[in-house]
Amino acid sequence: MDITVESVVFLIFGVLTLGSALLMVTARNLFHGALYLMASLFGVAGLFVLLAAPFLAGVQVVVYIGAIAILIIFAIMLTPQVTAMRGIRTTQWPLAVAVAVIFFALLVSVATPLMGELGVDDFAADFTQENPPDVPADSLVRLGETLVDPQGFMLPFEVASVLLMAALIGAALLVWPEGKAPTPPAEAGDD
Amino acid sequence: MSLNEWIFIGLFFALSWTLPAVPIVLGKILAPRRPNPVKQQVYECGVETYGDTRVQFHAQYYVFALVFLLFDVELVFLFPWAVAYNQLGLFALFEMAVFIFLLVVALVYTWRKGALTWA
Amino acid sequence: MTELLQDIGLSHGLAVLIAKTVGVFVVGIFGLLWTLVGIWIERKLAGRFQDRLGPNRVGPFGLIQTVADTVKILLKEDLMPTGVDRWVFNLAPIVSVVSVILIWAVVPFSGSWIGTDLNIGVLYLVAVGAFGTVAILMAGWGSNNKFALLSAFRSVAQLISYEVPMVLALLVPVLLSGSMSTQTIVQEQHIMYLFAVPLTVLIFLTSGQAETGRGPFDLLEAESELVSGFHIEYSGMKFGMFYVAEFLHAFTIGVLTAILFMGGWRGPFAEDVPLLGFVYLMIKSLVAYVVLIWVRMTLPRLRIDQLLDFNWKFLVPLSLVNLLVVAFVWKVVPDTDQISNLGDAIVPTLVLLVVNIAMIAVVGAILRERGRRERQRIEARMTAAKPAAAGD
Repeated sequence: MDITVESVVFLIFGVLTLGSALLMVTARNLFHGALYLMASLFGVAGLFVLLAAPFLAGVQVVVYIGAIAILIIFAIMLTPQVTAMRGIRTTQWPLAVAVAVIFFALLVSVATPLMGELGVDDFAADFTQENPPDVPADSLVRLGETLVDPQGFMLPFEVASVLLMAALIGAALLVWPEGKAPTPPAEAGDD
Repeated sequence: MSLNEWIFIGLFFALSWTLPAVPIVLGKILAPRRPNPVKQQVYECGVETYGDTRVQFHAQYYVFALVFLLFDVELVFLFPWAVAYNQLGLFALFEMAVFIFLLVVALVYTWRKGALTWA
Repeated sequence: MTELLQDIGLSHGLAVLIAKTVGVFVVGIFGLLWTLVGIWIERKLAGRFQDRLGPNRVGPFGLIQTVADTVKILLKEDLMPTGVDRWVFNLAPIVSVVSVILIWAVVPFSGSWIGTDLNIGVLYLVAVGAFGTVAILMAGWGSNNKFALLSAFRSVAQLISYEVPMVLALLVPVLLSGSMSTQTIVQEQHIMYLFAVPLTVLIFLTSGQAETGRGPFDLLEAESELVSGFHIEYSGMKFGMFYVAEFLHAFTIGVLTAILFMGGWRGPFAEDVPLLGFVYLMIKSLVAYVVLIWVRMTLPRLRIDQLLDFNWKFLVPLSLVNLLVVAFVWKVVPDTDQISNLGDAIVPTLVLLVVNIAMIAVVGAILRERGRRERQRIEARMTAAKPAAAGD
C-alpha cells in the first residue's frame, strides 16, 4: 500500500474520530465531552467524503452536529447541578471495557462475512485520482429517483415520515403534563 | 473527481483558523495586561455575583431543539428529491406532499397542544 | 484562476497544493478585508436612516473609521474573568469567524473564479451554518456567566428555528436548476429566479436576517436587556472577531441571495470578462445587503416568543407550502427540464411569477385576518377591564 494523499487524509480523520471518541468517554467535564462528540462526528463526515459520498458527509454535519449534538448539549444543561458533577468516576470501568471489547468482536465477526457476501473483497477502499470508485457522477439524482420509485425505496421513505411524525407527537407530549401549563421562569436582568 | 474539490475545503478548514487567530494574538501582544480582582469578576449588572453561575433552564428549549431535529431530518430527505426533480414524474410530487403533510399534521398537533409556546 | 498557476517544475501534486493554499488565503483575506469596507457602508447607511451623518471625521467621508476602530480594539485589554473555561472561551470567537469564512469557499465569483465547485454546494452552506451555532454555545458556556449562558441558549433556539425556513427557501433554486452546486445554479438562471419566485426570496431574506441575529430579530444583543448577550465577557480582539463574524455573516447572506436568486455573476459580457462577473456579483450582493440594513433600521425588535411563534406557526408552514406549490407549477408547465436559454425560460418564469403574486396575496390576506382578530381580542379585553380599572 503506497502513501497517497488520500491515505494520509484517512489517517488524520481516523485518528480524529477515534481519538475524540476516547477523549469523550474519559472527559471529566460534560460539556467538553459534548464538544469531543462533535469532533468525532466531524471525523466520520470526513471519512464519508473519502468514500466518495459527499452528500452523506453534509448530512452528517447538518443532522448529527447541527441538531443531535446540540440536543445533547441542551440535555446536559437540563441536568440539575451539572457543574457539581465534575469528575464522574466509576469503579466499574474494567467491566465496561470488557463489554465494549466483546461487542466489538461480535460486530467484526458479523460484518466480515457480510462484506464478503456483498462483494467487497478488499477492505482498503483506497479511491484515488488514478483509481476512482465506480460511483456514478449523478449519484444524487439517482438517489432522488430511487427514493420516490415505487419499486425502490418509496415505502421506507413514507414510513420514515410516519416515524418522524410519531417523534414529534412524542415531543409534544413531553411538555404536556396533565392539566398543568408550563410556568414562566423568573429570570433576573430580563426585559 | 470529487476528492480533488474537497482538498480545497480541507485546506480551507485547516488554514482558516489562522486568519482570526492572527488578530487575536496580535491583540494579546499589543494590549495592556493589568488584571485585578475587581475587573476579573464575572459580570452581573454591576453587583457582586451570588449563587451558582450555571443556571438550570426549562424544558422548552429541549422541545424546540427536538422539533428542529425532526424537521432537519425531513429537510435531508428533501434534498435528493429536489435535485432529481426534473427527471421525476408528477407522482413524485405527490409522494413528497404526503411526506410533508404527515409532518405538518404533527406540527399542528404540537402547536395545538401548546408545546410550541415559549413559556 | 487559482488553479495551476505554478506548474513551473514542481510536481503536479505539489503545484496544485500550493495553488489551492494561495486560493484559500486569497478568499479568506478578501472576506476579512471586505469587512472594513462593508462596516463603513453599514454605519453610513444606518446614520442616514436615523437622520444623522454617520462617521465622517476619520479620512474622507469617514472611510478610515473602521481601520481606526480596529486599532482601538487591538489595544484594549483582553480581560479573562475568573472561572472561565480557557480552551472553550478562547476557541469560540475563532470558530465563529471560521464558520462564516468557510461559506466563501463555494461562492462563484465568476464563470471561472470559484474556490471549489462542490456538487453539494447548498448542503455545504447549511452544514457550515451548524458550526456557527456551536461557536455560540461555546461562548455562552465558556464565559462562566449566567447571563451569557441564558443568552446563548436563546440565541441557539432562534438560530436553529430559523434554519428550517431558510433551508426550505434554499431548496427552491435547487429544485429549479436541478443541482446543488452553486456554479450550476448561477448558470441555470437565464432569467433571475428573483422574478420567478419572489416569495421565496422574501422567506430567504427574512430567515437569513434571523440567522444572523440582526434587525428585528436582535433580541440577543439588546443592549438594554441582556447586555450584549453571549459576548458579555469578551473584550479586545476576541470581541472584535465576534463582531467581524456577525457583520460578515450578514453580508454573506446578501452574497448568497445574489447567487441563488439574482443570477450571481451573470450580466452583459460576464462570460468573457471574469472581472466583470465579479463586479456584478458584488453589486447585486450590495443591493441585497442594503435591503437587509434597511429592514434592520426600520422595524422594532421582536420578543423571543413572538420570534419563535413567527417561525414555527407562520414561516415554516408557509415555506413548506411555497416549496410544494413551486414544485407543482414547475411540473405542470411543459418543458421545464430543458431550459437552455433566455427564450425557453420566459414562460415558466411568468407562470411562476403569477402564482407567487397570488400566494403573496393569500398570505397577506391571512396576516390581515390574524391581525384583525388580535386587535379585536385586545380591544375586547380592554373594554372589559375598563369598568374594573382603577386608573391606568
